[in-house]
Amino acid sequence: MSEFPVVPDGLAAIDLVGVRKGAFGSQGSGDTSGFGGLVAPIVMPGASIPPFGGWCDEVAEELALSLVDAGVSGAVEKIVIDRGEMTFYIAPENLIAFMTECRDEPALRFEMCTSVSGVHFPQDTNRELHIVYALLSITHNRRIRVEVSIPDSDRHLPSLVALYPSVDWHERETWDFFGIIFDGHPALTRIQMPDDWVGHPQRKDYPLGGIPVEYKGASIPAPDHRRSYN
Amino acid sequence: MTTTEFTNSDPFSGSYDTTDGTVYNLGGGDWDSIAAAPEGENERIVVNMGPQHPSTHGVLRMILELEGETVVQARCGIGFLHTGIEKNMEFRTWVQGVTYVTRMDYLAPMFNETAYCLSVERLLGIEDQIPERANVIRVMMMELNRVSSHLVALATGGMELGALTAMIFGFRERELVLDIFEMVSGLRMNSAYIRPGGVAQDLPSGAEEKIRETVVLLRKRLKDTSDLLVDNTIWMGRTVGVGYLDLTGCMALGITGPILRSTGLPHDLRKSAPYCGYENYEFNVPTQKTSDAYGRFLIRIAEMHESLNIVDQCLDRLVPGPIMIADKKIAWPSQLSVGSDGQGNSPEHIQEIMSESMEALIHHFKLVTEGFSVPAGQAYVPIESPRGELGAHVVSTGGTRPYRVHFRDPSFNNLQAVSAMSEGSMIADVIAAVASIDPVMGGVDR
Repeated sequence: MSEFPVVPDGLAAIDLVGVRKGAFGSQGSGDTSGFGGLVAPIVMPGASIPPFGGWCDEVAEELALSLVDAGVSGAVEKIVIDRGEMTFYIAPENLIAFMTECRDEPALRFEMCTSVSGVHFPQDTNRELHIVYALLSITHNRRIRVEVSIPDSDRHLPSLVALYPSVDWHERETWDFFGIIFDGHPALTRIQMPDDWVGHPQRKDYPLGGIPVEYKGASIPAPDHRRSYN
Repeated sequence: MTTTEFTNSDPFSGSYDTTDGTVYNLGGGDWDSIAAAPEGENERIVVNMGPQHPSTHGVLRMILELEGETVVQARCGIGFLHTGIEKNMEFRTWVQGVTYVTRMDYLAPMFNETAYCLSVERLLGIEDQIPERANVIRVMMMELNRVSSHLVALATGGMELGALTAMIFGFRERELVLDIFEMVSGLRMNSAYIRPGGVAQDLPSGAEEKIRETVVLLRKRLKDTSDLLVDNTIWMGRTVGVGYLDLTGCMALGITGPILRSTGLPHDLRKSAPYCGYENYEFNVPTQKTSDAYGRFLIRIAEMHESLNIVDQCLDRLVPGPIMIADKKIAWPSQLSVGSDGQGNSPEHIQEIMSESMEALIHHFKLVTEGFSVPAGQAYVPIESPRGELGAHVVSTGGTRPYRVHFRDPSFNNLQAVSAMSEGSMIADVIAAVASIDPVMGGVDR
């Protein structure tokens, strides 16, 4: 992401997801307001610094201790507390060890992995695919999110089915939509798209499709070709 | 024409040899005339149930391996209703997204909308600016929706087990709730009523009286339904001990909702992580300890009564006030009303933007066509839908459109339990087990 001059050098660690140009977000049309030259980085919420407040500190400390015991003390890349939600960023090779501790450690006891979701950031070089796990502890009434990033060139991630059987279909769906290969999954087949489908539709490089709608001589472009303000 | 000739002319029937023995494909007709009775006890038949079987709550395909009438393996094939809603939402504004999500779990549209809106509101940081009246209306609509959804669960579940009166009763009562939805939002289903920042429009005059009357009528009618089924010997014969899944199984498979509560665990997000002001209402979380289809049925009946109690409390809490956030950069600018040609902008609003205020017109135009921007980040606000934990994982990169929306739909997750619930049981019990999961394929496939 260093090609964007808008990020100062000292802030290399921030999670840049885009650059906003101009005052109005529109592209392709003349911006005569004089504000068209504005350039602003769009950054995801950055790493939080303890104390986090509430139960988050307890979870972070317990996790740090048990990860040392498990021999993967550096598993957590960063912790983000944003809008009251706690997110752990984990390196892919430590995912199994991290999740095992989350599930088995009595002070953590995240019994359920309720959801697996993918997000595709094509501009995030070597971390294009983000996989987001939602963990729930009914015992302690806590919720955390675990996020893993993998490069698009090597789309492998260990499967969590042996740990949390509930992620079976969720991982199949993430494979179906993003092409992420969950190694060790018992039957990683397409689940929503037809079996002979080509491509992974939720990726950003996969077109939405659609055809222009013509009505009374005028033509309305398909949704993905309409004017965008993003 | 003999049966043999018929079989040979049917390209989908016939037999072929495999390493595991002869495989017969049946396209209909009499088994005896197609193949001699198989020898030995390892007669294994693979039956496709669905995807258009009326017992499957939509287009669910089940692949059952049978030995006699015993299910050896049960697998689900889904995706027949996949319409790419999540992908489509990435090309629409944040407000337009409501119109998409309401079509996911089509029996619980209010819950889809609320789950999505709560996540968007958390991203916007406006959770505590939602007007009180909007929250009360949201809770009221959701609880009415819970009643209508559970009624369909009972109705279709009853129909599948042969209790047609339960089906007629369930759909008749559901229509009462849908009448309220139509009166309030203009649409029976897929109403896109709950919007980021509040609700689309205020309750019309006479709505509160109608809801009050309907609640009274529903209580009476619900008693009829439960009188019909609760102690019914046939109903109990079909559901008691059927579709068994204990707490350990529920935890492993991520099951929430009535299935989890039928194991005795009172896990309800309205209590454990209240949203929309649920902490201000008094209600119980019904549980059973039977872990079976009958327990789930009893829980749904009890939950409907609890929901009606909450609706009563909502009506008492309703005080006049705004129904949309005060922030004009987020609030949908139009004021809706019903005119001679249907629902649309109110004449006063059109008067203002067309002939009184240029700025109001610009504002209306910008907010409707471009929409509002949402700060970068991600949010997940789970709510208790009739089927369990429903939540939208919403990612924004600061634009006027969602970067990614993923719905954690309870039906999708809970349907994984079909194998655990029905393997080893009779084939007829598969129907009862699936009915007790109450999957809605619109939500499963999205």
